[in-house]
Amino acid sequence: MKDKNPFFFLRRFFNISRIFLIPAFLLLMIFMFYPIVATLYTSFLSDRTGNFVGLENYDFVLFHGVYPLINVPNLQQGMPPLGGLINNFIWIAIHLPVVVLSGMFLAVLLRDVRGGTIIKSIVFLGVVIPLVVGGVLFRFIYDKDAGVANAFLSLIGLGDLTRTWYAFADTALLSIILGSIWIWTGFGMIVYSAGLQGIPVELYEAAAIDGASRWKTFWRITVPMLRSTTIVVVTMTVLWELKIFDIVYVVTRGGPGGASDVLAYEMYNTTFFGRNFAAGSAIAVILTLMTVGFAAYMVNRMSKP
Amino acid sequence: MKARILDLLKKLKARLYSLLKKFKLPEKKPKITPFTVLVHVVAWVIATIWLIPFLGVFLASIRPYSEVQFGWWNLQPFHLDLHNFVDAWTGQTSGYPLGNAMFHSLLVTIPATFLPILVSALAAYSFARFRSRTKDLMFLILVLLQTIPQQAVIIPIYTLFNNLHLLNNYLGLILLHTAFGLPWQVLFLRNFFATLPIEIEEAARVDGASYYKIFRSIVLPITLPALASLVALQFVFVWNDFFFALTIITDPSLALAPQVIPLLIGRYQLNYSLLTAGSILVMILPIAIYVALQRYYVRGLTAGAVKG
Repeated sequence: MKDKNPFFFLRRFFNISRIFLIPAFLLLMIFMFYPIVATLYTSFLSDRTGNFVGLENYDFVLFHGVYPLINVPNLQQGMPPLGGLINNFIWIAIHLPVVVLSGMFLAVLLRDVRGGTIIKSIVFLGVVIPLVVGGVLFRFIYDKDAGVANAFLSLIGLGDLTRTWYAFADTALLSIILGSIWIWTGFGMIVYSAGLQGIPVELYEAAAIDGASRWKTFWRITVPMLRSTTIVVVTMTVLWELKIFDIVYVVTRGGPGGASDVLAYEMYNTTFFGRNFAAGSAIAVILTLMTVGFAAYMVNRMSKP
Repeated sequence: MKARILDLLKKLKARLYSLLKKFKLPEKKPKITPFTVLVHVVAWVIATIWLIPFLGVFLASIRPYSEVQFGWWNLQPFHLDLHNFVDAWTGQTSGYPLGNAMFHSLLVTIPATFLPILVSALAAYSFARFRSRTKDLMFLILVLLQTIPQQAVIIPIYTLFNNLHLLNNYLGLILLHTAFGLPWQVLFLRNFFATLPIEIEEAARVDGASYYKIFRSIVLPITLPALASLVALQFVFVWNDFFFALTIITDPSLALAPQVIPLLIGRYQLNYSLLTAGSILVMILPIAIYVALQRYYVRGLTAGAVKG
């Protein structure tokens, strides 16, 4: 049978399902695939000459430190070896367990509290507000005179400890990590709350009939049933920690002397202040390998029983 | 006339009663044990910890800086002074008017919210309904694309926009946000479409409706709740985004709202009253969206978690 449409062969080729995909495909090609490949390519080129230099940029970024704009006296010059990478790992080491555990704790706690929904909304506000504003909040809290954190220290008799916490190299990183816990706890809590709703009530009823204690019910029913939720929370939290940028930019700008630098900020600084696009690309590639690698590992883990 | 008003009042009363019945507390009162008391105390202490920063920001923003310089918790003296908001809005002190910046942010955020939803709805529908050999691969690619940091694309994008004169141009930023929203939106909508019964569409197909017509008049209306989730999340994401705005909009007179906040910090002195007033102006919209579309927002965020 002959098709009346003279372009029937075109129609078969561009069948409707493919036409629906075209806009998304084009956008992803131009704004994601192409730039990712181009970044990877740039990271192997010399910034000055444009020649292929292998892993030289990675060596430079990881072991020699790039910190173009610091020339403040009495501050550590250049970056410590591995720079922001170490700080990213410190961030994950402190932030991840605290956020996951407190998220689960809050979800379980607020399940049976009257007004729990309101408290959940309040805690979740930290996730909703712009991270830039979150940064302003910490600056305000940690300020020596105007900050409530120092007022609290004075109140409990530690008045001689008061200072602007983010402005000193030894406490800068720790203070913004603490602040970021305040921001991100709500995420774990909300996702765990949804996960809790998926646990069949019969399990708890059976446990109650068997006379299991609260503690035992929590460890034997709630925690195992939340396994896949935990994987989601851990994945999203680690990705969030690796991508941290706004808070560092607003609160410390990576300072003092690189003490609170993280990969994402280091990449921005190297690229747009140092104007070293090759080194910036190398940092971007390292960061991307970490996020994609971790996500791939977690997806793989999730698909296993 | 009088009868009509009386009738209306009666209706209103009936409505109120039915509402009251709906919200009536359960008859059975839970037993109060020391444990439940402890749980409630802990819960409200936590709520207070999360509220204190917001309370501080609020109390600092509505008073002159001289009063909050040594602590917003000192309520003596207390003078209400809304000048901070006016100052932040017009950019009197800082030179960067936040009012303009928020308007710019809306110019970017609104198209960057609806454009990706349209594109991803088409793609996700195609994913969910048509067979393809490469489907699993594409699925995996989308999952991994979700995790790409913004830093991974910014250098080539910056060069590309520079050549196309799209730097300091909202169109480029909108398209970039659209592309970055696609992976998670396509996955989210695909999961949603996959749960819709295919029989309705088949019936429409038998009746001679075109694919486009089926999509527009059957699939799209059922999908509205899912689209509400996408709107809520994407709007807040784009509005809150800092990195793309910072790198692509380099002209301060075109800056978006989150970019102005660091500019308010100033080089030499820090006026926390001005800074907190500006912060409130910038965060009020995401919070309003969250409060208004809370159910959809949370559902969108947790959709992946529940399905596993």
